Amino acid sequence: MTGTDTEAIAAHARQMRRDIVQMVADAGSGHPGGSLSAAEIVSTLYFGVMRHRPDDPAWEGRDRFVLSKGHAAPVLYSALAEAGYFGREQLSTLRKLGSMLQGHPDMRKVPGVEVSTGSLGQGLALANGLALALRLQGNTDSRVYCLLGDGELQEGEVWESAMLSAHYDLGNVIAIIDRNGLQIDGPTSEVMDVSEVGDKFSAFGWFVIGCDGHDVDSLLDAFEKASRHTDGPVAIVAQTMKGKGVSFMENNCDWHGRAPSADECATALGELE
Amino acid sequence: MSDKRATREALGETLLELAAEGRDDIVALDADLAKSTTTAKFAAKYPERFFDVGIAEQNMMGTAAGLAAGGMTPFTGSFAVFATGRAYDQIRNSVCYANLNVKLTPTHAGVTVGPDGGSHQMLEDIALMRVLPNMRVLVPADYRAAKGAIRAAASAQGPFYIRLGRMALPQVHGEDFVFEIGRAYVLREGADVTLAACGVMVERALAAADLLAGEGIAATVIDVSSIKPLDGPTILAAARATGAVVTCEEHSIIGGLGSAVAELLGENAPMILERIGVRDSFGTSGEPEELMRHFGLTAEDVAIAARKAVARKA
Ligand SMILES: Cc1ncc(C[n+]2csc(CCOP(=O)(O)OP(=O)(O)O)c2C)c(N)n1
Repeated sequence: MTGTDTEAIAAHARQMRRDIVQMVADAGSGHPGGSLSAAEIVSTLYFGVMRHRPDDPAWEGRDRFVLSKGHAAPVLYSALAEAGYFGREQLSTLRKLGSMLQGHPDMRKVPGVEVSTGSLGQGLALANGLALALRLQGNTDSRVYCLLGDGELQEGEVWESAMLSAHYDLGNVIAIIDRNGLQIDGPTSEVMDVSEVGDKFSAFGWFVIGCDGHDVDSLLDAFEKASRHTDGPVAIVAQTMKGKGVSFMENNCDWHGRAPSADECATALGELE
Repeated sequence: MSDKRATREALGETLLELAAEGRDDIVALDADLAKSTTTAKFAAKYPERFFDVGIAEQNMMGTAAGLAAGGMTPFTGSFAVFATGRAYDQIRNSVCYANLNVKLTPTHAGVTVGPDGGSHQMLEDIALMRVLPNMRVLVPADYRAAKGAIRAAASAQGPFYIRLGRMALPQVHGEDFVFEIGRAYVLREGADVTLAACGVMVERALAAADLLAGEGIAATVIDVSSIKPLDGPTILAAARATGAVVTCEEHSIIGGLGSAVAELLGENAPMILERIGVRDSFGTSGEPEELMRHFGLTAEDVAIAARKAVARKA
């Protein structure tokens, strides 16, 4: 990637942060914290890594993205709008009656959403299923990217799925852990410690890569390494900060699932200029 | 509307009261939703008797079953959708099959969850829980009834499912109200039609009865908060006296209160029945009241069904 690409990806991430804050404020509810922590991860995927065609969402050669932490829907919706899957005017309809932009992603409503999520812990199994289907259909090019929260790793199903990815040598599965260290009831280390996430995935037979989840070059480098590892699943543990980019939301559990007021929204957008 | 309160608020507060009254056996578990369910209130005062298991509902239910087998009386939180569906086999095999003393008290049931959307709006929980042997199912209509239901479950042996909600509701029961498991409460009497409701729909059934009274239709309104065991005698007496029944629930019309009443009537007194509820669909994002309109769960919708039921008698 050239410097300009990196800058373009970072610019998309900045726009996505503004969208997230504005969308959640317009909706009057939603999840800003975990959406903001994933801005660079999702923008790097959509604007630097994944092969996809916004004008042809069902293109067989596309890479697939699974937002296992479905409450971060705003970051995905913003990326899809930025990429051109649908018009940006849709963003202000988030969470409203009749909107295609449901509180949690709905594959039957939104072009570009591969699977419906929202109940945590289920996305990696869905990703494995997509990956197995690709293998059965002879598609050896497409990859399946799956974004998980670190709190989400407390769900047992994640580890059942992690075992399966390795067992079936799913070299086309790449999980990204948004390691922001917070969940709803407090820091993940205090609620239910998921410590040594990388070691856990290693022990389950995964190839593990660490990176800075807010540094586009670090992310690009991690995805590049992941693409070279094709004989089994890869986990990228991305160090992030919940609420990143908005001072009063940063590293603060209270902003997990709360909408900013009009004033707070204006302050936040000011900081995100 | 300062007297409006959500039934979920009863959870943390009643657990605190019970503990203060000397119930040292009471423990609470949650799955990273302690603030939303209000178990955090209990946790703040009794941290050694509260267990946040993380985002792991199956683990929560299994741990609760173990605590109960060990002589404690666990109350479990989380949202209704995850606390029932996600942990169904643990509820069935670890809790109910063994008839253990676990009290499931999740919150955020129904479409009144609002903008989170269909993935989070549980409309099948009454059905899922009602079908389990040993499980008793309570759907309180207001804050006071929710406190009563939690207290009643705490004093009875065996598994309970108490369905709690997020939306603030007016009180339908008076200060002297005493909650009894297995009892339906006749809140209003009329000769033409019986409105049998639970949860958030009780208030709406009462409002519908007001609307109907203006048109000369007299409705009996029953709060059927105890869905299992069901108060057959009270419901049958009202049904026979009025000759037509409308059930009202913020739940699928399949498997919930409407089904329980249909089973009762079908076996004992087949008669005209209309069911108000969500008609075999998932929820969707929107504001709570807007969704109640969208899914046909307003007082006016109940009145329309009642008029239809009365017309069918002719
Ligand atoms: C099965 C399930 N249980 C509970 C919830 C409620 N919930 C939504 S987000 C969340 C916390 C998520 O924490 P984490 O995975 O760390 O995500 P992030 O901090 O990145 O937002 C919880 C408990 C859910 N959506 N699904």
